Amino acid sequence: MKRLLPVLPALWLAAFVLLPVILTLKISLSTPATAQPPYLPVLDWSAGIEGWGNFLEALDFTNFETLASDALYRDAAMSSVTLAAIATAILALIGTPIALAMARAPERWQPLLVALLIVPFWTSFLIRIYAWIAILKPEGLLSAGLMWLGLIAQPLEILNTQGAVLIGLTYAYLPFMVLPLYAVLAKRDPRLPEAAADLGAGPVRVFWSVTLPLARPGLAAGALLCFVPMVGEFIIPDLLGGSDTLMLGRVLWSEFFSNRDWPLASAVAILVLVLVVGPLILFREDETTAREGRR
Amino acid sequence: MASTPVPAAAGLLTCAGLGKRFGTHVAVADLDLTLQPGEFVCLLGPSGCGKSTLLRLIAGFETPSAGTIRLGGTDITADPPHRRPVNMMFQSYALFPHMSVAANIAYGLSGLGRAARQARVDELLRLVRLDGFGPRRPDTLSGGQRQRVALARALARAPQVLLLDEPLGALDRALREETQGELRALQRRLGTNFIVVTHDPAEALALADRIGVMEAGRLVQIGDGASLYERPANRFVAGLLGDVNLIPGRVLGREAGGLAGLDTALGPLRALGAAEGEGIIALRPERIALARAPSGDGPALPGQVVETTYLGDRIRLRVRLADGSIWRVSAPAEEACPGVGESVHLSYPPERAWLMPAAA
Repeated sequence: MKRLLPVLPALWLAAFVLLPVILTLKISLSTPATAQPPYLPVLDWSAGIEGWGNFLEALDFTNFETLASDALYRDAAMSSVTLAAIATAILALIGTPIALAMARAPERWQPLLVALLIVPFWTSFLIRIYAWIAILKPEGLLSAGLMWLGLIAQPLEILNTQGAVLIGLTYAYLPFMVLPLYAVLAKRDPRLPEAAADLGAGPVRVFWSVTLPLARPGLAAGALLCFVPMVGEFIIPDLLGGSDTLMLGRVLWSEFFSNRDWPLASAVAILVLVLVVGPLILFREDETTAREGRR
Repeated sequence: MASTPVPAAAGLLTCAGLGKRFGTHVAVADLDLTLQPGEFVCLLGPSGCGKSTLLRLIAGFETPSAGTIRLGGTDITADPPHRRPVNMMFQSYALFPHMSVAANIAYGLSGLGRAARQARVDELLRLVRLDGFGPRRPDTLSGGQRQRVALARALARAPQVLLLDEPLGALDRALREETQGELRALQRRLGTNFIVVTHDPAEALALADRIGVMEAGRLVQIGDGASLYERPANRFVAGLLGDVNLIPGRVLGREAGGLAGLDTALGPLRALGAAEGEGIIALRPERIALARAPSGDGPALPGQVVETTYLGDRIRLRVRLADGSIWRVSAPAEEACPGVGESVHLSYPPERAWLMPAAA
């Protein structure tokens, strides 16, 4: 039984991660067709070895060539990664003080603060993003509020811009940045910053030399948890971004549902996967060096 | 700023009327404490008595609700921790886990140049006998080694007062006794004021020039070990420092030489001490003499042995007296000791029994 335990997650991953990726990869190498399913070739199981040969021969990299040559996909990839990276940076800047404040709050309040952070999940994600439309539209709460305060004269044209997408991403992913950071900060010895202050460090030096380095694993985990899904995010750019906000999630969606070009949509899906594997490897290396440094 | 090391002897710490409340809880109340230069003081008391809070007030981590803290004539009550020429060694050691041993020790030396800093770190590593451990990470060290790194780091800035919160609490017994001696020797050599917080009376006795006993946020008594043991201020101090028999009574009068005569449930007894009215006699078990028959000199109290415990160097007896109270008696092991059930007569030199006020 004990020997079987590690096998179970492996089977799970094989069935629900590896197999779908292989299928997607296969479709991405196919050609679209007006058929059912809407792509060629389809493996002919009755033809035996010869069928496999014909099948493999019919696969090619046309879709990936399209991705590489058509500026649309390059731009979508660039803007997905850029927006996700900017949003991750904003999340780190906002999330760190929030997590610090939570970790420093009286212990009996901390479960409540964590609960407050998670409460929005009780409402549908879609509805929460729709709510942002009401806030960000020119006659919405934000513009009305700023005009009432006298800070702006004209309603803000922020809905359907990249700014609105950034606001939406930051809002939606904040808990994923704060929770891992809080988990790391809450379990550290509260005497460490005190020891630094005792040894003559002012608040700024305490933060940079002790608080931040110790929060690093949480920051890395939070950045990963936010960046990876944000690269492929569809709902937020679709609802809050304008037609000029190209993100891979949107491109994928329109290739799949509007153009019914399954092979190209699969190629885009593989591209998202590749873009996301990079940071994952970086994170692993960071973890490994951190662990070795401790040894 | 305290970035330049100041001669330790300049430090003279004075707490006056110091108080700290957390909400309705009084952690430290109206506390006065003055340290003589170069003195080693232990704050002794059970957990929750306010001794750690007092340490954190002196270090600057807590702001007092009342009173002042002065150091070498300067009022430091309002100074933040990083501006105080006082350093602390934490109970958890609080070593920075992401830094090497050398970087930990050098953390407080940022005011020095690179070469001077390196020299000081090497000097401190030698001082705590950890030469060559500089590049190691704290979590690769044993508990005793970590304790010495924490000590070196706290000493790096040559503080005028070093605060140590349960410095030996995390060490096992054998190591603790060895380290007590080292800590004591180190303090003598450096001449720095040490304030150690401990809940272990034996540790306080082994380390300190003076012991301050704290109870419920108050400094009940401060003095050297012998005066606390021989002349405790109240029953709490008497019980804290060792086994004691407490005999309540009423002071009737005083003889020449200061001996007080008391009326107790056991008849008239005598003891030394200034208390008036209701009082308690504190009588240490080893001060009581045990005899099978009443001896000629002085009154002897008849009793019956109810229990004997052989402790190697001594025998601990429990003796029931005429009024039903049980006294603990400690007799040298070489004497032929009365067994359980035997009748004995107890006597003590009255000048070695201490009279305390009942109310304190």
